[in-house]
Amino acid sequence: MNTVTVVGASLAGLYAARELRAQGFDGRLVLVGAEPHLPYDRPPLSKAFLTDTDRAASTPTVTDSAGASATGTGASPDREHSPATRTSPTTGTAPGTGIHAPYESAPESQLALTDPELALTDPEEITDLAAEWLLGVHATGLDQHGRAVLLDDGRTVVTDGVVIATGASARRLPGPQPAGVHTLRTLADARALRADLTRGPRRVVVIGGGFIGAETASSCVALGHDVTVVEAAPLPLIPQLGPDMAMFCADLHRQGGARLLTGTGVAGLHRMAPAYPSGDAYSSGDAAQPGGTDPSGATDRPGATALGSSRTRSSRTESRGPANPGHVTAVELSDGRILPADVVVVGIGATPNTGWLSGTSLAVGDGVLCDAGCVASLPQVVAVGDVARVGGVRAEHWTSATEQPRVAVRNLLAAQTVETVTALPYFWSDQYGSRIQFAGHRPADATVRITEGSPDDGGFLALYEHAGRVAAALAVNCPRPFMRTRRELRAQRTATV
Amino acid sequence: MIPVCRLEDLPAGESVRLDTTPPVAVFNADGALYAVDDTCSHQDASLSEGWLEGCLVECPLHAASFDLRTGEPTCLPARRPVRTHRVSVVDGTIHVHLADPTATPVPASAPLTAAASLSAPAALAASGPGRGSLTGEGSAA
Repeated sequence: MNTVTVVGASLAGLYAARELRAQGFDGRLVLVGAEPHLPYDRPPLSKAFLTDTDRAASTPTVTDSAGASATGTGASPDREHSPATRTSPTTGTAPGTGIHAPYESAPESQLALTDPELALTDPEEITDLAAEWLLGVHATGLDQHGRAVLLDDGRTVVTDGVVIATGASARRLPGPQPAGVHTLRTLADARALRADLTRGPRRVVVIGGGFIGAETASSCVALGHDVTVVEAAPLPLIPQLGPDMAMFCADLHRQGGARLLTGTGVAGLHRMAPAYPSGDAYSSGDAAQPGGTDPSGATDRPGATALGSSRTRSSRTESRGPANPGHVTAVELSDGRILPADVVVVGIGATPNTGWLSGTSLAVGDGVLCDAGCVASLPQVVAVGDVARVGGVRAEHWTSATEQPRVAVRNLLAAQTVETVTALPYFWSDQYGSRIQFAGHRPADATVRITEGSPDDGGFLALYEHAGRVAAALAVNCPRPFMRTRRELRAQRTATV
Repeated sequence: MIPVCRLEDLPAGESVRLDTTPPVAVFNADGALYAVDDTCSHQDASLSEGWLEGCLVECPLHAASFDLRTGEPTCLPARRPVRTHRVSVVDGTIHVHLADPTATPVPASAPLTAAASLSAPAALAASGPGRGSLTGEGSAA
């Protein structure tokens, strides 16, 4: 294997690159990253990154030219490659073959772009990895045999092996996104949100009571904002934690100073009329934007917009004047209530970034379909992290993204599945001063037993028991007993796999 | 020099956190005493609540591991060391000598035992914010 291309330069992609070198791959290593940044850690974006105002003042500003200068692209990319383009011959020496301007290591300016507190790597490791970093570039396709990765700047990377680590994107409400409405997934998202949160007290509505929503709400409360969390389900986090523990987490919102409204969806967003040049055809006044969406994200209705086709693509081009859909003023709930809002955070889940693989022969279905060893349906293609559906499970956990690459790379280099992922699921969340940690698989009919502390005291260890065995554990501010239990669960799992 | 606790109050395998700025964790690793900055160099987690095995402590949040003798990480996700601090036992009381906060982390000298550590450099004695308070290991806070 001469060349391996890692598509995705975030946590899982970086770990894959590390594993490739650690496991002896000494060929050409290419990393393709859609964002202009070197790999950074996302978990702090909803926590300290938002609340640390000192850091806000010192953070360098991202400029549009950063990505372009790193990749040589400035033109609007065509991401809608036709199948003919996608499967065009990729061998030979014609323009478009191979990488014309490889970056042996990322330029210094890019290192500076990433908040040092978030950086997952450093110049020394960048040098050691000896990889070509193509940052600010989207992959647009994979050839039929997985032997070439097509890029949105027109280049093609001919490769022998592919690691797909393209992650997931925050799900958005359908229709255009008025100013003041945010998702929180990327550094750019977090910077934009933070900018809105540092302009004095705001009325913040968080749509979705999952972990991102809860952490963001907690951060907003800490910053002194008036915060309401809207959750479509009867309680947030029931799928993750079960009803008993979900109830505890719901109380964290209330005790922490946020309002929690459950059992209601969002009917739409109200927005202020944008200031358009005269002659503009758009309506003025406070206009509802009926989206009919369900905050749980269970229904995805991309067509559900009532603002006209000319505006449906404006969400990413807010700076383009006439397309600016105005500033949000309120969130209208499906039960008719209207919540005034200056800032809206949409935390309704994420969808795996597999769009660039449509039209290829790679099996995709809510993620890249992989066997239990992260091996995809094409030879020499593996997938890791949020985009990978490994053995039927797609886990959007930080820990999964760090644990899968070792196995995936081993199988990639072995050209077959010689090892499967056996890691115990683990995730954590920090909200309202409480640290929540969870490990294991929670059977739906598990019984919950508190074995240390008490929910009333704000610190406890809860075991999820099923068929006489401990299947999972949840801790709130109880790290040591949790660590012990997590180790026991891991040992139990290793023994039974 | 910050008094920590009586030697007998920190049995082998236990740790204690000092609410200094930044906080410091003191460990009794099978009889050898170590002190390091308590906050994991990767993300905000208290190493005093970590898993102690030999002279390695595993962070309770993401399982980064640090060598208490040097402060160096022994595995990802931590990539930067934590500072180490000298420990002494004076008249049966454990003391921590805070490292110069501006100093870059360097490998610590061998852990000091009760017999080996009876002097406290004056410069270090002045650097502590005062008496360290104990939060105790296994604390739910």
